[in-house]
Amino acid sequence: MSDEETIEELPLELLPLDAWHRARGARMVPFAGYEMPIQYEGIVAELEWTRNSAGLFDVTHMGQLLLSGPDLDAAVEAVLPIDLSTLKTGMQRYSLLLDENGGVLDDLMVSRWPDQLYLVVNGATKWDDIGHLREYLPDDITLNHLDEQALLALQGPKAVDALARHAKGEHPLAALTFMKFGRFAIAGHDVTIARAGYTGEDGFEISLPAKAAVEIADLLCGEPEVKPIGLGARDSLRLEAGLPLYGHDLSPDTSPIEAGLLFGINKRRRQEGGFPGAERIIREIAEGTARRSVGLALDGRLPAREGAEVFAGNDKVGTVSSGGFSPSLGRPIAMAYVDSAHATDGAALEIEVRGKRLAATVTPMPFVPHRYYRRS
Amino acid sequence: MPRYFTDEHEWIDVDGVTATVGITDYAQGQLGDIVFVELPAIGTNLDKGGDAAVVESVKAASDVYAPISGKVTEANEDLEEDPALVNTDPEGDGWFFKMTVGDASELEGLMDEAGYKAFVDGL
Repeated sequence: MSDEETIEELPLELLPLDAWHRARGARMVPFAGYEMPIQYEGIVAELEWTRNSAGLFDVTHMGQLLLSGPDLDAAVEAVLPIDLSTLKTGMQRYSLLLDENGGVLDDLMVSRWPDQLYLVVNGATKWDDIGHLREYLPDDITLNHLDEQALLALQGPKAVDALARHAKGEHPLAALTFMKFGRFAIAGHDVTIARAGYTGEDGFEISLPAKAAVEIADLLCGEPEVKPIGLGARDSLRLEAGLPLYGHDLSPDTSPIEAGLLFGINKRRRQEGGFPGAERIIREIAEGTARRSVGLALDGRLPAREGAEVFAGNDKVGTVSSGGFSPSLGRPIAMAYVDSAHATDGAALEIEVRGKRLAATVTPMPFVPHRYYRRS
Repeated sequence: MPRYFTDEHEWIDVDGVTATVGITDYAQGQLGDIVFVELPAIGTNLDKGGDAAVVESVKAASDVYAPISGKVTEANEDLEEDPALVNTDPEGDGWFFKMTVGDASELEGLMDEAGYKAFVDGL
C-alpha cells in the first residue's frame, strides 16, 4: 500500500505544544509549515467526541494579526469587502481577502478590539497575506504579527461547561454569543476568547500566550468533557458543516459568489463597491455565475475525493473540491463546483471515481446542522 | 503455511498454488478508520508490484499492490458489508483476495514475519 499524501520538504516549525501532542499519542504530519497533530485515537472517534462532548484543537499554525493606526477602518475597507461601520467592539465577522479580479486569496476572521482590528488568517497563506496587507495598506497602519500567541479551539456542545470553570472575566463566559469575543484570564494568563469555530458546533477560539499553552491545554484536557482532537477530524467536521477550506474549496480561481459566500461581501459594500474585485463581484451578484459550489450526498460507501469529475449524463458539469466519508451520516459527502444549470437542490448527478460512476444528489449545506449559540 | 510480507505493508499466505493477500496491522493503523475497500474482480491478472486494490479511509485513498504475479480467484465479500474488518482483524477476517501463485520464485524477495517486524520497527 502507499499513502498518496505528499510530504513538504521545507524545514518545519514546531508548535509550542509539540511535545504535549506527542506525549498524548498524536501522529504528527507536515502542514502549513508546521508539524501538526493529524490524529490521536482515530478520526471517527475524535469526530464523534467533538459532536457529543468537547474537543481541543491546536490551531496555532493560523496567523494572528493586529492592525492599528489612523483612519484604520477606511484603510481596511479598501482591502476587504467588510462593512466596519457595523462591527462594534467585541464583535467578530467573516471576511475575504480578494485579488483585483475578485479571486479569493484567503478567508479570514476580523474582530474589533478597542482602537485595533484583530485578524485570524489561514496558516498556509499567512505569509502571503502579511505581504499583501503590507503592500496594500497605507504605511501608517501598523501590522503586528502576534507570533508569540498560540491559538486553541475548544469545540462541541460541552465546551462551554469545561471552559467556564477556568475563564474568569468581567462578564461570565456564557454572556458571549456566536461571533462575539471578550478578554478573560485562564490560570492568571490574559487570553481573548471568541465564540466561534470551524466545526459547526458551539465552541470557542482562545488566543493565549505561547508560553502558557501547555498549562492551559493541561487545564482544559483535565476536564472530563475534553479530549485533544487532530486536524483529520477537524477537516471532516468542517466538511460536514459545509464550511469551505482555503486551497481546496477556495482559491484565486474562485470568486466568493461562485463559492456561495455572498454573506462575506457586506451589504453596504455590495452597493458602494470600492474593494478589490468589486466590479466582477457586483456583476456576479446581479447576473449570477456560470458555476456554483454545491453539496453532494453520495449513494453507497465509496468516497469521491478532491478533483473527481461530476457528470450529468455524458456531460461533464463540475469538479469535486472537497470530499470524504461523513462519520456522522455514515455516507460519503462532497463539495463541488458545478454548472449553475445543475446546481439546484435535488438534482441527480454522477461522480466518476476510478472509472466508476457514483450516484450523487445536490443537497443543501450544512450536511450536519450547525448548533451555534445564538441568543435573540 | 508460510506468510510473507512486502515493504508496502501487504501480507501473503501461501498454500501450495494459491495465496491469500491482505494488509498488515501496521498498515491499518496508519490508514485509520477504513470506510471502503475496492477489490479486484475475479479473473483479474495481477503483476507483482502492480495495483491490486484500493483502501479508502475517512481521509484518503491508498493503493494496495500485488505481492506477486497471479490471477485473482476470490475476493472477500465480507468487506463490502463491513470494511472495518480491516481495522479490527487485518491479518485474519480482514483479508482482501485470494490469487494463484504465478511464479513461486517471486516470493523469494519478500520478508518473513521477523524480517517485517524489524522493517516496521525501523520506520
